[in-house]
Amino acid sequence: MATQALFRIWRGDANGGAFQDYKTPVEEGMVVLDAIHRVQAEQAPDLAVRWNCKAGKCGSCSAEINGMPKLMCMTRLSELNLDMPVIVEPMHAFPSIRDLVTDVSWNFRVKKTIRKFKPRAPDAPDGTWRMQQVDVDRVQEFRKCIECFLCQDVCHVLREHHKHEEFIGPRFFVYAAALQMHPLDTDDRIDDLKNKHNMGYCNITTCCRQVCPEFITITENAIIPLKERVVDKFFDPLKKLFRIL
Amino acid sequence: MADFQSYSYDVLVIGAGGAGLRAAIEAAASGVKVGVVCKSLLGKAHTVMAEGGVAAALANVDDRDNWRVHFADTMRGGQYLNNWRMAELHAKEAPERVKELEAWGALFDRTKDGRILQRNFGGHRYPRLAHVGDRTGLEMIRTLQDHGIHTGMEVHMECTVLTLLLDGGRIAGAFGYNREKGNFILWSAKAVIIATGGIGRAFKITSNSWEYTGDGHALAYRAGAELLDMEFVQFHPTGMVWPISVRGILVTEGVRGEGGVLRNSEGRRFMFDDIPENYKSQTADTEEEGWRYTQGDKNARRPPELLTRDHVARCINREVKAGRGSPHGGVFLDIAWIKERLPNGADHIKRKLPSMYHQFKQLAEIDITQVPMEVGPTTHYMMGGVLVDGDSQASTVPGLYAAGEAAAGLHGANRLGGNSLSDLIVFGQRAGKYAAEYARNSAAAAIDDGQVNAAIATALSPLENSAAGENPYQIQYELQDFMQDLVGIVRTEEEMERALVSIEKLKTRAVRAGVPNTRHYNNGWHTAMDVPNMLDVSEAITRAALLRKESRGAQFREDYPDKDAEWGKYNIVIHRGSNGEMVVEKRPLRPMPEELKQVIEEMK
Repeated sequence: MATQALFRIWRGDANGGAFQDYKTPVEEGMVVLDAIHRVQAEQAPDLAVRWNCKAGKCGSCSAEINGMPKLMCMTRLSELNLDMPVIVEPMHAFPSIRDLVTDVSWNFRVKKTIRKFKPRAPDAPDGTWRMQQVDVDRVQEFRKCIECFLCQDVCHVLREHHKHEEFIGPRFFVYAAALQMHPLDTDDRIDDLKNKHNMGYCNITTCCRQVCPEFITITENAIIPLKERVVDKFFDPLKKLFRIL
Repeated sequence: MADFQSYSYDVLVIGAGGAGLRAAIEAAASGVKVGVVCKSLLGKAHTVMAEGGVAAALANVDDRDNWRVHFADTMRGGQYLNNWRMAELHAKEAPERVKELEAWGALFDRTKDGRILQRNFGGHRYPRLAHVGDRTGLEMIRTLQDHGIHTGMEVHMECTVLTLLLDGGRIAGAFGYNREKGNFILWSAKAVIIATGGIGRAFKITSNSWEYTGDGHALAYRAGAELLDMEFVQFHPTGMVWPISVRGILVTEGVRGEGGVLRNSEGRRFMFDDIPENYKSQTADTEEEGWRYTQGDKNARRPPELLTRDHVARCINREVKAGRGSPHGGVFLDIAWIKERLPNGADHIKRKLPSMYHQFKQLAEIDITQVPMEVGPTTHYMMGGVLVDGDSQASTVPGLYAAGEAAAGLHGANRLGGNSLSDLIVFGQRAGKYAAEYARNSAAAAIDDGQVNAAIATALSPLENSAAGENPYQIQYELQDFMQDLVGIVRTEEEMERALVSIEKLKTRAVRAGVPNTRHYNNGWHTAMDVPNMLDVSEAITRAALLRKESRGAQFREDYPDKDAEWGKYNIVIHRGSNGEMVVEKRPLRPMPEELKQVIEEMK
């Protein structure tokens, strides 16, 4: 493995910025976040980077590495070609705060607009419920989400078309699916998904699923089943006929 | 008048992990106005890292379990230095708090008859940990977060508190800054709850993230509150040791709960060689019996890998020092071997320990279903913290409460795995309830401009010193290095005296810390402001550890290697003296009521 590498890091804020080059020593087993930390400690103490767990569990250190949306803590240098500069830039779908840090607060506002969990009455006199593991499995997949927002970053409805005011993005389709398919939930979010959250804008390109660091099958297991429910409710010709009759 | 934003709350919660969120939910539900300040984004606090599960005597898997057993297990694990009232309340209330999470949308793994599944864990007599694979903490924090955002609490993300404000003797609020712009913020509050978590960043090898710089401990100490049990720092036996960049990252105890075994370089299961007297009757005699235990045989006793964390960590340390370690300075943790016993063993491992599988696969290129992991001790958890009343979580400063890792008492000299997540929800709920009650019965406190201006001046000094000052990262690294070496898993008087000298030197240098002059998301500036907290906490740990001249629980003194019955009658309490000096004193344990003593006797 190379003993040093060149990192081309975007520095700047909402008013603009530029890439700056930092050469730093590297060792076997290092991830991109280690290199960023080394640059920060030795060359650029005010380099802004957001991180927490450094183990792929909190979803804080999302960035674009050589153009791919990734968690910096889970991207090993050994996966990258260190003969070339490693390009590290912030997520593009969100406003810049500074350097590698973006303003992701929009996601937290969106979540509040989704109807919350509403369980059925408990199954047992002691106030508890009975659920089979097989029924829980499906939703547990969605609840693995670490809210890194890489799926939001790569979604063209947000990234290219900036529909943040009308569209909630893959993260919140997964969230809505987790609630909608929760064995205990009694509320219904299908009207909202069609009319308020404009799920129809999604044309299932699977970009979101491809970047998910938790390997959640976003498109196939969350979005498509929700789209089917929308179709069932609003566009089924037989049901329409029954409604008219 | 200096420039800052102002907010006013009845209850201000500092920290948004499990304890902070649970406290905020409880306070908000009682109708008071609640603000939450968190150092990171919402949902990123360290609770998210908890893997194994939440301990609660639900008795879903083994109907012999009940609060009395859980209480006795917790006290035994804590070597009887615990606040017995907290241990009692915790054991009694944890089941309700866990069921409540389910009512808020949490989806735990299930038993065959559809109830919450529970797993074995170190020091717990029966399978007691409700869990979701090995990502229980994520499930818990997300449940609290998603429930909490609909309760009306206001969350201040990426803000850090620099100081607590006092009005006479009581709490008046907190003052701090936001990371994004570096603006100052004043939060007036009638009551403040400290739920800031731990101190792991004071050590070099730790499972904790950058946030855990002992802020709450230091804030409370400087506001005049008493700290308790600061000598007891838990070194989790199994952290990753390789690659170097992930050194310290946690490997859940769940691996051992599912049948994983520890071996040295000679292939020996060394944990069988050293079983403490008070655990002999509960520990398996043979490897066969240990395996049956992990597979749910109620007549089998637990394998020695599931002894308490302090003990396992020391045994690993001993093997490594004796030259029987693994290539990168740890020992081997083998879960792959269970394939000999279980059909579809590899799939079973992936299903039960999915994050561990991915963590090793991605960060170390190791497939844990095929080969053993290398593991070694990592600084994990702080048993010590703000001294609180067991029922209300009130500190010794009126209006100031503490819950979760930042509070002390429940765990005594050593925490059992799984007792932390339950601690968060049991005492988070209590802190929220009692802080709200206090706020309702109190008038607004006055803000003292002098305290605010002093905080501003201190905060701005690293910017004024500019990049010509001391590099704050360097100060932090040096502190971490010597705390690890001198006040770590094995301690001696001579080494700790040296640590104190080094801490004093770093204090002088920390005043000169300097960073490039921008307030705009400047990580260097944030670090410069965290360092004084780490120094105060490190001093408290070292002074308490020096005073306790015995080995007990998480504290191991090479110069006093045995447990001393006399020391078993005391906690160590720390407060700030009138001249700003750190005062360290012995305080006798409160006598335990007869009925609790009886429970402990019965469970021996």
